[in-house]
Amino acid sequence: MNIVACVKRVPTTEAVAKPTADAKGLDSAGLQYMISFYDEIAVEEAVKTKEALGAGEVTVLTLGTKGGTKEIRECLAKGGDKAVVLVDEEWQDRDARATAKALTAQIQSMGADVVFMGRVATDRDNAAVGPMVATYLGWPCVTDVISLEISGTSGTAKVETEDGVETVTFSCPAVITCQKGLNEPRYAGLKGIMAAKKKPYEEVDATVEANQAVSVEVALPAARKEGRIVGEGVDAIPALIEALQNEAQVL
Amino acid sequence: MSKVIVYCEHSGGQVRRASLEAIGAAKGAGADVVAVLAGEGASAAAATAVGASKAVCLTGPAEFSSDAVASAAADVCKAEGAKGFLAAATYRGKDIAPRVAAHLDVTPFADCIELTADGDSFHVKRPWLAGKALATLGTSGDVMVATTRLNVFSAPEGGAPGETAEHAISADAKAKVTGIEAKGDSKLDVKEAPVVVSGGRGLQEAEHFGMLEDLAGAFGNAAVGASRAVVDLGWRPHGEQVGQTGKTVSPQLYIAVAISGAIQHLAGMRTSGTIVAINKDADAPIFKVADYGIVGDAFEIVPKLTEAIKAAKG
Repeated sequence: MNIVACVKRVPTTEAVAKPTADAKGLDSAGLQYMISFYDEIAVEEAVKTKEALGAGEVTVLTLGTKGGTKEIRECLAKGGDKAVVLVDEEWQDRDARATAKALTAQIQSMGADVVFMGRVATDRDNAAVGPMVATYLGWPCVTDVISLEISGTSGTAKVETEDGVETVTFSCPAVITCQKGLNEPRYAGLKGIMAAKKKPYEEVDATVEANQAVSVEVALPAARKEGRIVGEGVDAIPALIEALQNEAQVL
Repeated sequence: MSKVIVYCEHSGGQVRRASLEAIGAAKGAGADVVAVLAGEGASAAAATAVGASKAVCLTGPAEFSSDAVASAAADVCKAEGAKGFLAAATYRGKDIAPRVAAHLDVTPFADCIELTADGDSFHVKRPWLAGKALATLGTSGDVMVATTRLNVFSAPEGGAPGETAEHAISADAKAKVTGIEAKGDSKLDVKEAPVVVSGGRGLQEAEHFGMLEDLAGAFGNAAVGASRAVVDLGWRPHGEQVGQTGKTVSPQLYIAVAISGAIQHLAGMRTSGTIVAINKDADAPIFKVADYGIVGDAFEIVPKLTEAIKAAKG
């Protein structure tokens, strides 16, 4: 089974947002990166699927920069068999459609039985690339999956909506986007880290269409107006109720 | 006047509040709204799509399929010559909107907090990096496809759609919903609730969340939320997690109990209307974003606060 795990490098959770001088984007100088939280779950699910089926190959696919980056190598250390980087130096600023189309073209050319992605990349927070890739490919897609059973040809997934848990059935090839709770991503052991150094790491020039998204302005959110401590312990409750009723008017 | 399609979710014969807010967002940007509804009970719910001038019910296979519905919704979008397609940023809305965008070959925008007209197209404002920055964006695509964050836009005033129509789903369903296990109770989702009461590791044990459920019960319209730490400890289900790796919420009132306020939690709740923090550590970062803080022991304060809320609600 050909299994693909799509990943994205995103600024770390601690990253500070700083708009660029023209206020059209974010300054990437000095940022540290990590694999997006949910993409870690996608890599784990890809490796688990291969292990459960006892056969197959896991390709870690990303739209990214040239030069082997340690975050992509880490995905190999955790069980990916090879990495394919679609090289695009403007990868960080690609909109969802441009990213989805570049990934779609690559998946079409290399073939896949199942593609795993995180439910959302924690930088632009669009949650769009997975279902878009599936739609461009004409494949089924289940988003935000919390439990999955997959054979070579079909699968059953569970997703959590506002109303409860839905069971969704689909046939392969398919795109699955991964929600927290689906699995517990493993740590890369020393053996894995050593093995990763020898695994294939391919860089291909990406075929990328121009963005449709046009940035008008990128700004920091207005600071919240300064709050206050209404008091200490249970004695402060009347003052809180009074503030919620009369100032905030939420009671 | 630009036309905007709004995908309306419904339950119990009523269009959901979150979808009405999406209609409100479109109306606020001066658009003429066509509501699109799918699934069982759509035709009954169509009359409650307040603010829409027309409602289109998608008819087709009994089993719900996001891909088939999205394909039909995109067809309606084209047939109506719409310049916008909106859905609420619920599970279903975020599942469908990107597929509609791909059918229309345009780029979508999730979780928007503003929608404004720009000629016959639109601009959106939406969070980047979980709200650390806000981007105002336009599109060169033919249609602005976006989802609207819950509790941000007002539901419109007005009457039922003057016209209703049907559109048959023609695409074959690829992934099908074959079972739904409804929540055992009528609890509000943390994203939908106007009031959220969240607890952190400072509550010490899973059982102590009972106290927060009582507080949420006193409000009547509140949901219980949780910090990442307590979800990782298995005290609460991940559906309740508020933060960068959980849900982003914007309730009218957010009460953080025994939550220190790690950056990843703040990312998920800092756009709430009013924030109350209860924490024994006066230096906890949560107090920096709170409108009102009480320093003290949650175990003493919360039960008394529950009584006080009950009394205030009378």
